Amino acid sequence: MSAESVFPRLEPLLPRVSKPVQYVGGELNSTVKDWDATTVRWALMYPDAYEVGLPNQGVMILYEVLNELPDVLAERTYAVWPDLEALMREHGVPQFTVDAHRPLGAFDLLGVSFSTELGYTNLLTALDLGGIPLHAVDRTDEHPIVIAGGHAAFNPEPIADFVDAAVLGDGEEAVLEITDLVRTWKQEGRPGGRDELLTRLAETGGVYVPKFYDVTFDDAGALNPVTPNRDRVPATVAKRTTMDLDAWPYPKQPLVPLAESVHERMSVEIFRGCTRGCRFCQAGMITRPVRERSIQGIGEMVHRGLEASGFEEVGLLSLSSADHSEIAEVTKGLADRYEGTNTGLSLPSTRVDAFNIDLANELSRNGRRSGLTFAPEGGSERIRRVINKTVSEADLIRTVSAAYANGWRQVKLYFMCGLPTETDDDVLQIAAMAQEVIRAGRKASGRKDIRCTISIGGFVPKPHTPFQWAPQCDPDTVDSRLRKLREAVNSDRGLGRNIGMRYHDGKPSLIEGLLSRGDRRVGRVIERVWREGGRFDGWSEHFSYERWTTAAAAELEPLGVNIGWFTTRERTEDEVLPWDHLDSGLDKGWLWDDWQDALSEQELDDCRWTPCFDCGVCPAMGTDIEIGPTGRKLLPLTPV
Amino acid sequence: MPAFPREHHRTSRIPPEGVALTRDDRPNPSASAVQKLRLRYAKRGPLRFTSHRDVARAFERALRRARVPMAYSQGFNPHPKVSWIGASPTGVASEAEYVEIQLVEVLEPDELVRVLDAAMPPGLDLLEAVGVPVGTGGEALADRMEASRWRIEIPGVASDTLKAAWEGLVAAEVVEVERLTKHGMRTIDARSAIVTGWVEDDPVVSPSTTQPGPCGILVVVVRQLTPAVRPDDVLSALRVVAALEPPVPAKATRMAQGRLDDSGGLSDPLAPDRAARASACG
Repeated sequence: MSAESVFPRLEPLLPRVSKPVQYVGGELNSTVKDWDATTVRWALMYPDAYEVGLPNQGVMILYEVLNELPDVLAERTYAVWPDLEALMREHGVPQFTVDAHRPLGAFDLLGVSFSTELGYTNLLTALDLGGIPLHAVDRTDEHPIVIAGGHAAFNPEPIADFVDAAVLGDGEEAVLEITDLVRTWKQEGRPGGRDELLTRLAETGGVYVPKFYDVTFDDAGALNPVTPNRDRVPATVAKRTTMDLDAWPYPKQPLVPLAESVHERMSVEIFRGCTRGCRFCQAGMITRPVRERSIQGIGEMVHRGLEASGFEEVGLLSLSSADHSEIAEVTKGLADRYEGTNTGLSLPSTRVDAFNIDLANELSRNGRRSGLTFAPEGGSERIRRVINKTVSEADLIRTVSAAYANGWRQVKLYFMCGLPTETDDDVLQIAAMAQEVIRAGRKASGRKDIRCTISIGGFVPKPHTPFQWAPQCDPDTVDSRLRKLREAVNSDRGLGRNIGMRYHDGKPSLIEGLLSRGDRRVGRVIERVWREGGRFDGWSEHFSYERWTTAAAAELEPLGVNIGWFTTRERTEDEVLPWDHLDSGLDKGWLWDDWQDALSEQELDDCRWTPCFDCGVCPAMGTDIEIGPTGRKLLPLTPV
Repeated sequence: MPAFPREHHRTSRIPPEGVALTRDDRPNPSASAVQKLRLRYAKRGPLRFTSHRDVARAFERALRRARVPMAYSQGFNPHPKVSWIGASPTGVASEAEYVEIQLVEVLEPDELVRVLDAAMPPGLDLLEAVGVPVGTGGEALADRMEASRWRIEIPGVASDTLKAAWEGLVAAEVVEVERLTKHGMRTIDARSAIVTGWVEDDPVVSPSTTQPGPCGILVVVVRQLTPAVRPDDVLSALRVVAALEPPVPAKATRMAQGRLDDSGGLSDPLAPDRAARASACG
């Protein structure tokens, strides 16, 4: 396929669509290379709207890592909104990259990063618009190799028919190794065609090629063990782990969009992995062990990134940022360094027990004092023991009181509904907690105009977590508990008017549950939903529960299973799980024991500070915890 | 005679890329402004699809990257002192957009243009800057923007067809067109804002590859009224009076803004500031 720019054909369509700037590219720090001067060409996709996809750190990192290689080219593509999709179909314009507006079909590889399963239908739109057959088995040597990555790739079975391969875990080194294999294969004259290339990828043990594994079911519809169907293909595929974050200071040159995006700031990942052991948290389970970036590495990235981007806020990212062993030194050092420059600092994810007011004051010293956000996740002490989110209400009240006393006016609290073993009472205690926050806050601040917003999400059991066996709560129960919670919040009018409540109904969570723990049979449901118009399922205005349930009934019931079989059914210890052949390093026996501990409300500590609990990751992956303190200081910036 | 105050202040040089400022030599953003600069910039090519908010964000980030010693508003949530004078609509290119900024140190305008243009995304191009005294009152730049001259390329429409439609439009006294606004559909008279205009005579080959063939070019001078009459409204007016339906969307560019003279020409809105500066410098 020609790699010529489609922009001349796209441009006349743009005045007719909403927010056309998202399709024109030209972001600061983006790269356009000479097509003919490169050997291996990647298209990288984030399968959601540009405004969500552009700030994604994963895509940004891989884009820069790949483009640093002289003979490699990487361009980005995002999901187009239905208004443009319709015009592209009418005028025969293919899915394109935003960098040089080249058609997707011209690339060697299409890497798709799935943070959430709700992007699956958008993958199908991009393939179809790109002229790439939806089913991997229908692709020829002319078509790109489609590779899934991101957290959802830890169970790629629902999209196994649509992708050629999946990579589990950190992508920095994986994309370089894949690039090497593709380069060699192309230079050798593409011996053995597409299947030989896929076999070479599979042979590494770090790339999963679904069609090289047979998936069968017994008469009751249960999964049989998954086995490779050809030589040179390993029985299990391991996740990738990048060690020594200081050696990977990406993104060095953050992309700065012209269009408004969901994160108007620069982000620096201060550590990867989390071993707090929250049982619901897939990210914390699949990204072990903890690997910290050093205080000096952080300082250097912040400095370079601000210079290159002009952003006025820096987010210190991780799964639980206040847990960095030198967070106090980092925040104080940065606040000192950027004093008087109107540069804000934020910690998007902080645990209430790792947080203190000194930290908060450093964060707000040079920027605006935005709201504070904490995630107790569960309303009662009991449910927090079940999920192993071991923060106490006393900690929370102490912290928010100090925050209100120091001038904060707004605290946001995140919770989940539908957790394993949850009762109405566990959820109703969210109201009691919010009311106590307001009471304590009024006392500490001496003001009446403080606010507390509670935000409640539906719990979705995820693969590779102790809750992978748990029955998902049905939407009616979730909705009924949320209704009761709203009544409880409003029962005390004096406190209730300072409490905001945000939530979604339980239906999208059930579909996310189907896609999260589904097997290859679920692929038919995804395809049917897409053919019937399903797009942007993460957006409530586009999501249709009925379209999903109707498609699921039509596709699954003839096979003897249904949505409930995949979601609300409790799984047994001996059951083969669709992702058992995909190795996150977590020992299945350890996960089962942790699930049993959850049911008996037993907590588990963090292996950073107490001895190892044998989750299995470090020995299986040859990794180790990398944390400080280093005892070093932020390097001052020296004038030339 | 307002004196351009540069002799009272150190003229600072913007440090080259990669040189970090220490806290001591960093300008103090809460100091009061000592210089006001009026800038003209262009919005070109694909970047014509930027909205005004997109341009404002890109501009403020470029100011930070270029380390322009901006003055900030006071208060809880300080903002750099940037005032926008109008803005061409999303989808419309421009060679004549204007913005005013205030600085806490005096910069050579040409130096600022060089450094800031390098920090702006290609397609948002800084063209010129003129310094004006701070706090002496004087004429607001916005008051000099009486009218705009637009150049509208209409691929697929021959010059003769366009000419006939244009003559129909100027012959009418009132041409009501509908436009979707924040407050729903409203009707405005597109004719009364039109000062003058013409169809360019030279046959032009269409720049659009999807619409080969002729490309009519209309140049039109439109008075800036409230609500503003925009290129889209002029095209709607051509549809109303002559059923002109371009096969692909037209491309409009604002070529100039300024005060109207008797013959429908526009005066350079920065000329008075340039003249004041020249006389102050002797």
